[in-house]
Amino acid sequence: MAMNNLKFDASDALLAAFDVPNGAKWAMEARGFAATNLRRMGAPVKRDEYWKYTNPTGLTALPTPKAALFINDETPMFDGVDRVKLVFVDGVFDAAQSDDLALDGVELETLEDALRKDIHWAKDLFGVLEANGQNPVERPLAALNTAVATQGLVIRATGKTDKPIAIRYIHSADTSDAMVHHVVKVDAGANLTVLESGPGAARFNSVMEADVLDGAAFHHVRTQGRDHERRTATHMFGRLGADSIFRSFTMTVNGVLTRNESILEFTGDNAKATVGGASAGDGNGFHHDDTVFVTHDSLNCESRQVFKKVLRNGATGVFQGKILVKEGAQKTDGYQISQGLLLDDNSNFLAKPELEIYADDVACSHGSTVGAIDDDALFYLTSRGVPKSQAQDMLVLAFLGEAIDEIDDSALSEGIHIRLAEWMERRHG
Amino acid sequence: MLNIKNLQVGLEEEDKQILKGVDLNIGEGEVHAIMGPNGSGKSTMSYVLAGKGGYEVTGGTATLNEVDLLEMEPEERAAAGLFLAFQYPVEIPGVGNMTFLRTAVNAQRKARGEDDLSAGEFLKVVRAKAKALKIDADMLKRPVNVGFSGGEKKRNEILQMAMLEPKMCVLDETDSGLDVDAMKLVAEGVNALRDGKRSFLVITHYQRLLDHIKPDVVHIMADGKIIKSGGPELALEVENNGYADLLAEVA
Repeated sequence: MAMNNLKFDASDALLAAFDVPNGAKWAMEARGFAATNLRRMGAPVKRDEYWKYTNPTGLTALPTPKAALFINDETPMFDGVDRVKLVFVDGVFDAAQSDDLALDGVELETLEDALRKDIHWAKDLFGVLEANGQNPVERPLAALNTAVATQGLVIRATGKTDKPIAIRYIHSADTSDAMVHHVVKVDAGANLTVLESGPGAARFNSVMEADVLDGAAFHHVRTQGRDHERRTATHMFGRLGADSIFRSFTMTVNGVLTRNESILEFTGDNAKATVGGASAGDGNGFHHDDTVFVTHDSLNCESRQVFKKVLRNGATGVFQGKILVKEGAQKTDGYQISQGLLLDDNSNFLAKPELEIYADDVACSHGSTVGAIDDDALFYLTSRGVPKSQAQDMLVLAFLGEAIDEIDDSALSEGIHIRLAEWMERRHG
Repeated sequence: MLNIKNLQVGLEEEDKQILKGVDLNIGEGEVHAIMGPNGSGKSTMSYVLAGKGGYEVTGGTATLNEVDLLEMEPEERAAAGLFLAFQYPVEIPGVGNMTFLRTAVNAQRKARGEDDLSAGEFLKVVRAKAKALKIDADMLKRPVNVGFSGGEKKRNEILQMAMLEPKMCVLDETDSGLDVDAMKLVAEGVNALRDGKRSFLVITHYQRLLDHIKPDVVHIMADGKIIKSGGPELALEVENNGYADLLAEVA
């Protein structure tokens, strides 16, 4: 079958395109396992059901499609935040531009270093959460990442932390093909905030495996920059212990192709998770895909998915979200909303909300809407003297704001509000 | 101030004429009231003056201080000095009331070539005006009109009017949905803005509002036309006898 050959030729080619240095035995085994897995699955192709709304070609093609640098004079996101700054240039850790790998309550090192150590706690997580997340839906790009990534951070929060770890991704070469893999462990009762920002590379594939143990809290806020030609595939694998809190928010603006997958699994009771996203696509061919899979396998857990997309000038937004409630996961509260705001007739919002429930005492709801700017609200604002373009921006920001407000830190959410408002203002230039 | 000549308006999407030749002249500092049965075209006239979409002007003119209103965008009409207090103020989730007010005030100042009010100045002014209308800090912080009671929405309209300091205020059934105390509060807010120069067009069903906001001229509108104009006593006549007699008189 020609199509199948294409899938497997592509996965072989991708595996061959990256040099994998030697590492500790456990690291090589994890990589080998992922590579085998990938060879079995093959690379994603447009025909795959899970890629029905997003053509993966740009994420798998070789040689790497070029992405011109997007030059701007903006202050990097999160620069105003008191944080430990860690910089990756085209997916490679840059110690010179980074702060020291040190933070109270945190063990922090590069993936490169960790994968060389014969004994390391990351052994139980690296490639493990990713492998768990391959079932029931295959995620070949994540397997590829585990198989070949050498760059990333290994972060373990052992106690209370008072500042975030802020990872900044700089895109510097127009053909860079980056593989970044982070392993995060938040010990019982500990807390950690990880911020990510920037386009990363011409093509950027990142995986974060986050193990949030009992009573721990993990916050993740990410902004994916405005580089028009960048291509990005990310996977966040989260495992939640009892009474834990997991929050992840992503703002995506432009970029020719973005696929963000979040795969969460509740393994202990009374835990809470929120995955949110706000995206703005303004241009022909800009394509954003948020794909979420939440598995409830414990009692009394709460999950929220809140995604908002504003689209115009031919941009496309995709949402695929699933809540799976396994047998016995009683008292689950699952919520999911995805909304598209289309500013013209050329843009598209495609949503596939799914619930699959095998427990009988749960409260799950999902909704998906698509619409245009509310004429009555627009008239109300303009009748007070607000120019139409500004009034429209206010309504767009208000719409996205409902997703941004899912960030449980007012300084961070305010920062994102302000950045979005600045971007809109620039557009009117 | 406001001059309307033979204004004829239909709906854009269906062949229906709503205003069939309205003539109205409101001088500087005057307060005019328009009363009339449901469906006579009162609200349509207020929307058309403010520039709402969905209507088609098929004839006539409307000018504000000799400037053609009908050719302008809604925001230009506002900057020119027109203000419409909505019968049903729109709820706008996610937009803070205060942000909205400041944006509107500064947008109008900009359109008129004036400098922005600083955040401090703005806050001082808005607090004083809000207090007079019994609008508390919490209402200012909340999203525009979201979760406001009927009375709060109308007071919020008057606050916007007070902040924007328009030349010509059109109040579309500002008394609807208000209890007696709320109506008095709103009327006091309006009266506080009467300075001998600012003009008002008060659209209402009931004479009661006009006890509080005393009009110079009362017009009766029916079937898209002003059928009778007179002094405040005309409102009392409507209150006592309804519209039937007036309509019969004209017919």
